[in-house]
Amino acid sequence: MVDKVHVKTTINGQEYEFLVEPYMSLLETLRDVLNLTGTKEGCNDGNCGACTVEMNGRIVDSCCVLGAEVNGGTINTIEGMATAEGLHPLQQAFLEEAALQCGICTPGFLISAKSLLEREPDADEHRIRYWLAGNLCRCTGYDKIIKAVQKTQATA
Amino acid sequence: MARVFIPFALRKMTGGATDVQIAGATLREVIDNLEEMFPGIKERLVQDDRIKVGMEAVVGEQPTREGLRAKVAEDAEVHFIPHIAGG
Amino acid sequence: MVATQEYKVIGTRPIRHDGLDKVTGRAIYGADVKLPDMLYGFVLRSPHAHARIRSIDTSAAEAMPGVVAVMTANDMPEAADELVDLGEGAINFSHASDHIMAMSKAKFKGHPVAAVAATSTNVAREAVAAIKVDWEVLKSAVTVDEALAPDAPVILDGWVGDDLGEKSTKPNVGSHFRHEFGDIEKGFADSTTIIEHRYDLAMVHQGYIEPHNGTAIWDQEDRVRLWTSTQGAFTVRTQLAGILQLDESRIKVTPTEIGGGFGGKIPIYVEPLAAILSKKSGGKPVRILMDRPEVFEATGPTPGGWVSVRLGVKDRKIIAGDADIRFDAGGFPGSPVGAAAMCVFSCYDIENTRIDGWDIIVNKPKTAAYRAPGSTHVAYAIECIIDEICEELDLDPIQFRLDNASKEGTRRGDGPIFPRIGNIETLEAARDSAHWNAPLDKNPGNGNVRGRGIANGYWFNVGLKSSVNLSVNTDGTVMLIEGSTDIGGTRASIAMQAAEVLGIRAEDIIPTVVDTDSVGYTDVTGGSRTTYATGFAAYKAAQNLIDELTARAATIWDIPEDEVVFEDGKFSSKSDPELSMTFKEIAGKLNETGGPVSSTGAVDLENAGGGFAVHICDLEIDPETGKTDVIRYTAVQDVGKAIHPSYVEGQMQGGAVQGIGWALNEEYFMSDDGQMVNSSYLDYRMPTSLDLPEIETVIVEVPNPIHPFGVRGVGEPPIVPPVAAIANAINDALGIRLREAPMNPGRILEALKEKNG
Repeated sequence: MVDKVHVKTTINGQEYEFLVEPYMSLLETLRDVLNLTGTKEGCNDGNCGACTVEMNGRIVDSCCVLGAEVNGGTINTIEGMATAEGLHPLQQAFLEEAALQCGICTPGFLISAKSLLEREPDADEHRIRYWLAGNLCRCTGYDKIIKAVQKTQATA
Repeated sequence: MARVFIPFALRKMTGGATDVQIAGATLREVIDNLEEMFPGIKERLVQDDRIKVGMEAVVGEQPTREGLRAKVAEDAEVHFIPHIAGG
Repeated sequence: MVATQEYKVIGTRPIRHDGLDKVTGRAIYGADVKLPDMLYGFVLRSPHAHARIRSIDTSAAEAMPGVVAVMTANDMPEAADELVDLGEGAINFSHASDHIMAMSKAKFKGHPVAAVAATSTNVAREAVAAIKVDWEVLKSAVTVDEALAPDAPVILDGWVGDDLGEKSTKPNVGSHFRHEFGDIEKGFADSTTIIEHRYDLAMVHQGYIEPHNGTAIWDQEDRVRLWTSTQGAFTVRTQLAGILQLDESRIKVTPTEIGGGFGGKIPIYVEPLAAILSKKSGGKPVRILMDRPEVFEATGPTPGGWVSVRLGVKDRKIIAGDADIRFDAGGFPGSPVGAAAMCVFSCYDIENTRIDGWDIIVNKPKTAAYRAPGSTHVAYAIECIIDEICEELDLDPIQFRLDNASKEGTRRGDGPIFPRIGNIETLEAARDSAHWNAPLDKNPGNGNVRGRGIANGYWFNVGLKSSVNLSVNTDGTVMLIEGSTDIGGTRASIAMQAAEVLGIRAEDIIPTVVDTDSVGYTDVTGGSRTTYATGFAAYKAAQNLIDELTARAATIWDIPEDEVVFEDGKFSSKSDPELSMTFKEIAGKLNETGGPVSSTGAVDLENAGGGFAVHICDLEIDPETGKTDVIRYTAVQDVGKAIHPSYVEGQMQGGAVQGIGWALNEEYFMSDDGQMVNSSYLDYRMPTSLDLPEIETVIVEVPNPIHPFGVRGVGEPPIVPPVAAIANAINDALGIRLREAPMNPGRILEALKEKNG
């Protein structure tokens, strides 16, 4: 057994300090060490996007990052998207536009879409579809997800 | 009389007949009367006093939910089809 | 055609009750379950498609620090070798047990042979790797034709299938049945046009994003508690009881939120293993999560196989139809070939028909239901042949379908007569749609070519059993307790039906999906039955609640019960117009007038009214590369009555897109020795948002006469037409008929090469 790694990081604006096995992915770290289970596992090999989180300002598949790598970094997950003031406009739009069915992919889509709109608030439909192509949804056919993102743009 | 359709695999027992007119106010009576006419056919349709697992009886237009107690209308069609499921 | 009845709640689009938890990451899915002192399980699986187990040595695994329990098939209770009714389908528990963990022989790659519970997943994985299995690798058969060949290996030892009422002489025939009506020989003799072709399809997976999971406790009183994401907690209970040889009453199944199912989360896989490992650990909770390759290789995809259809036409009428349907069932019998046989001719009124169905055992994972199971396969064949007939006879493809459409009174291919169905209305809506009437520029000028295709599809939609409990809160809201897993908004669609009866808002119903101890028996969320059947149970429970409250109003006003009426959400006296109370007002008086009021509703229903879906598809194909883009897509469907139109549209769009993936990309790519070589999302390649256009929807409402609000099943019909619609569009664009799915760039280029010489 190798020694655990000491990690200090900021997650959703809070300071976290913990020990993690050196082989553990960020996804496992969030879910199993920190009990932040809103980030989901679909494939564990970087293809479905269900585990998407924001790391140091960029979106990543957290299954493809080691937990130890986030030392000193900043992570944002689905748990930090709503605040005491209420839901993020994307969350509200997803509800109103019925942009989820089973909901397992929803946290990943919300994190990805938020990142897009922060960079490119006027992204057109093709650009939205391109940006979200890293997130798989098997229920909706994507139509209502795209419309929810567009609705968020329109009401911003 | 109900019009009872014979599953293809059992038509050997009915001399090739696709369907036969059978009296009976309930599915149980219909099957008993079918057995009178074609001995041996009942055990191919019924097991432990219910329609065989893996098979369902259609009385009228719909698979019956009442099993052998299902009421059979005077001119109803009766079918025995493989039980099928959805996803 | 649009339903004319006016409703207050039905047909509106409230925010779903479980939505907030699902957009905030708060909802608990199967993998999120965590219990004190929990152990982590992992499963050893066969690396071979077909191999006998000579011996298993688990000693090294058992000796590893952190390993608490190790199991093999020797730890599986002996289960009965007979068919048991499972509501949706039937199960042979002996086969199920052998499927859950191989007794003497692996029948597919990924077949479990041992499992470990340890203090971490990592230790469990390492322990599994330390288990030694001495394999005798056997010859495998992975396709229908291989399994039927004279030199085919025997896959399921001792199995004798039924072949048209006789014992089959071929070892891998699960069953062979036939439906025959009219005079098929005469029908073809009278035909002036006869077209026959065989259509082949690869095995495909439902592709739900959440892997299978189970967390179980088997305690010292032989009570089992299980948390799992499943389409039906009660069906899991029945399966567990049969496999673990326990009374159902000793098992409590708690359904967590579920990350997709599409039919694939009706069977169980790791759940019994978690329970047995728990027992062997002294009752500690054990959680097993599958990884993605395990989901692909060892759960239940939908079969591959082939469908051969011959149609005979005279005077623009189809007068004869002959179909031969052969599905690969996987390592155990039980493919959805029965449903395929029911569906193959269901869009048409054909006097003379014969349908042969073959269920064939092969060395691939045991197949399960996938959204209208079997119907997509047969629609691929018949809807393409219909298109060929129209091409040959120069007929309009929608008019020809209308001229031959099944309707109320038409005899289905498996015998029964159709009740009121909306096939014609759906075809007419497609004919009148904006998409069908929009011109398509077949040569957009960039070197690509475009084509348009259309196809029809049918699914029968099941009914079955559901239970709902209602109780009134004094603030006028109502708790709704149900047993139907909510995969796509059914808490809302069920609550809306109760709200409509009670004259309150959907938001004033608080629905909860509960465990098997806490509500009456409820069949799976499958067969497009949930909004129909559990909604019907909610309707009944709400009617019963009104009866209770009517009696209470009579008590409050001290008048006879039959003096009280409930209309427009108000209780009132027939004789005294001064006496009137809203639902909310009477709810506020319950505590001073006799206490709480609650009700139940339970149903066991006939089928949910057949559903028809007509899809129109425009493609743009690059003839240099064979790459195909769907550039416009419209799904038209008879839904009976759309309770929550947004989620109805969502079902239509989602089903269409799964069908598009099936048509263009998805397949189990098998090596000759039965290895799936693309068991990752990267290589399996489901559609992404970038692959698709907007999916337009046209909702047709031909009310189902046996449902109080006219609901028909919605979820399954939309996956039926896409493969055929895309094949027809490819033909329209390129003049090539692709008779093997997926119709990927390689196949398109091959066909173009053949055509152009």
